[in-house]
Amino acid sequence: MKLALGPLQYYWPRQQTLDFYESVAAMPVDIVYLGETVCSRRHELRLDDYLDIAARLADAGKEAVLSTLTLIESESDLKALRRAVDNQRFMVEANEMGAVRLLAKQGIPFVAGPTLNIFNAETLGLLAKLGAARWVMPPEAGRELLAGMRPALPVGIETEVFAYGRVPLAYSARCFTARRFNLQKDNCEFKCIDFPDGMMIKTREGQEFLSVNGIQTQSAKIYNLLADLPELAAAGVDILRISPQEAGTAAVLAAFRAKLDGRDTPLAGDFCNGFWHGRPGLELIGKAA
Amino acid sequence: MNAPTPIELVCPAGGLPALKAAVDNGANCVYAGFKDDTNARNFTGLNFDENSLKEGIRYAHDRGVKVLIALNTYPQTENWPRWTAAVDRAADYGVDAIILADPGLMAYAQRAHPNLRLHLSVQGSATNYEAINFYHERFGIQRAVLPRVLSLAQVEQVIANTPVEIEVFGFGGLCVMVEGRCALSAYATGTSPNCNGACSPGKAVRWEQTPQGLETRLNGILIDRYAEGERTGYPTICKGRFEVDEETYYAIEEPASLNTLEFLPELVRMGIRAIKIEGRQRSPAYVAQVTKIWREAIDNCLRDPGQFAPKASWMAELNKVSEGQSYTLGAYNRPWK
Repeated sequence: MKLALGPLQYYWPRQQTLDFYESVAAMPVDIVYLGETVCSRRHELRLDDYLDIAARLADAGKEAVLSTLTLIESESDLKALRRAVDNQRFMVEANEMGAVRLLAKQGIPFVAGPTLNIFNAETLGLLAKLGAARWVMPPEAGRELLAGMRPALPVGIETEVFAYGRVPLAYSARCFTARRFNLQKDNCEFKCIDFPDGMMIKTREGQEFLSVNGIQTQSAKIYNLLADLPELAAAGVDILRISPQEAGTAAVLAAFRAKLDGRDTPLAGDFCNGFWHGRPGLELIGKAA
Repeated sequence: MNAPTPIELVCPAGGLPALKAAVDNGANCVYAGFKDDTNARNFTGLNFDENSLKEGIRYAHDRGVKVLIALNTYPQTENWPRWTAAVDRAADYGVDAIILADPGLMAYAQRAHPNLRLHLSVQGSATNYEAINFYHERFGIQRAVLPRVLSLAQVEQVIANTPVEIEVFGFGGLCVMVEGRCALSAYATGTSPNCNGACSPGKAVRWEQTPQGLETRLNGILIDRYAEGERTGYPTICKGRFEVDEETYYAIEEPASLNTLEFLPELVRMGIRAIKIEGRQRSPAYVAQVTKIWREAIDNCLRDPGQFAPKASWMAELNKVSEGQSYTLGAYNRPWK
């Protein structure tokens, strides 16, 4: 199995983002997804910056993929999408069907991203015909879905599973980080840059429940399939997606790499893995690490 | 000036009495689902079996009203045949269109029933014309229902760049999340709108009177707590009160209904083809009331868009049936964002 670093979900200052990807070049990861997938207002890095990073990572032996926005609302969002699709060098992860249309029209192979809602082999089959070389299971899907699809998986397609990080659960037109500060999204003062790991939402009895990242809502718990790796391998998973967090990403990648090599390296955290087991996502089945 | 494009009023039918209420009060279309997880309002006591649907179709068609069947959840391999059977059944009964979200199912419907009209469900999360045109080119969808996330200017941009008819939500409960892109309920309860057709399912809900107040829980998670005399609401995750730092507030969305009545002339001008009323889970009385007001409003507006203004009596009646007894213009109005 290969390890992938998912797109950075958060909004970090420019230098922090550049430094992070500089360090990724030395991390034990095979594939790196790059680009803004959450909010079109974020602009610490532009496409050209990501193309530079992609080139550097490619030089370091990584496969770089450009991820597209999940929620495309405006003509300027579409312009940015077209530029990513037309980059001519790196594979693109399509995160909504507009991207699929543009990629398919040009006959460019692509990654069918986790928000395309691929829940059955018929849908995956037709996306494969349109050029999908890899698909990312929706995070809410689990082993049963994959087992059901396996006999009918398109030949040669790679299966990627979200394996570590705060699970992206929902997307909205509204920004909940801006809402926290009584600001409108159009005038948000980019408050999310102050929350490099998201903003914690607790229940009224203090249980950590969700994490807000601009227009995206994530799980508060860290999804962690490290202990489930043998089962993932047996289920036919080709790639494990690790979602970047502000701290510890290198250690997480190292732990997954070690596990793939047969060595156990424990990780600490408030973990969950319910989705993979067909349970509510926040549950932890068995031991996490 | 050209005559305005007619606008269809598309009304919810959670059961036969609601269907008749919609038809009797001026709906152009009713939308309904089967009694299972093939549709996104898979709630106990709702929806249609074979007999009630046949009767409903007869009732609607006799009065010149179309029937649309929502099959807008995402089938999985092991239950795939149930979804295709539902498509076949809808076609056999002679419905006017089916509303789908899953591309695989669209391909099936197009193959098996080439003359059956396909609508793209709001659950398909298509928020731009490239995405909508994708479904049009690949599966021949003729209408798309837009997620409730676009501003009016963005809706107009979509209409200008697609041959697909555009339907928007006009009134009713408001998902603050992009439809089809929300796994909050799946995370908390294991029941997913995408796959099971239900959000925050009743079986996971607990109401409990405690010394701190009336508490609502979803699979054990405290969604809200109400003081004496506070208006209570169903514990949908996005409409709960939570703590951020030390502050307790509606961290995601205050309970309110969408009401776009005041935008009607704008919607007419930009060429919207249909307005959808949310609420298959609501009572026949709600359906009758809301349908009647929107019928009158649309007729007034089409007669003279320049002079249209929502009557105070309409707004008052609609507010009475609103969730949270307040309304919002939603994303159509930029400040909401």
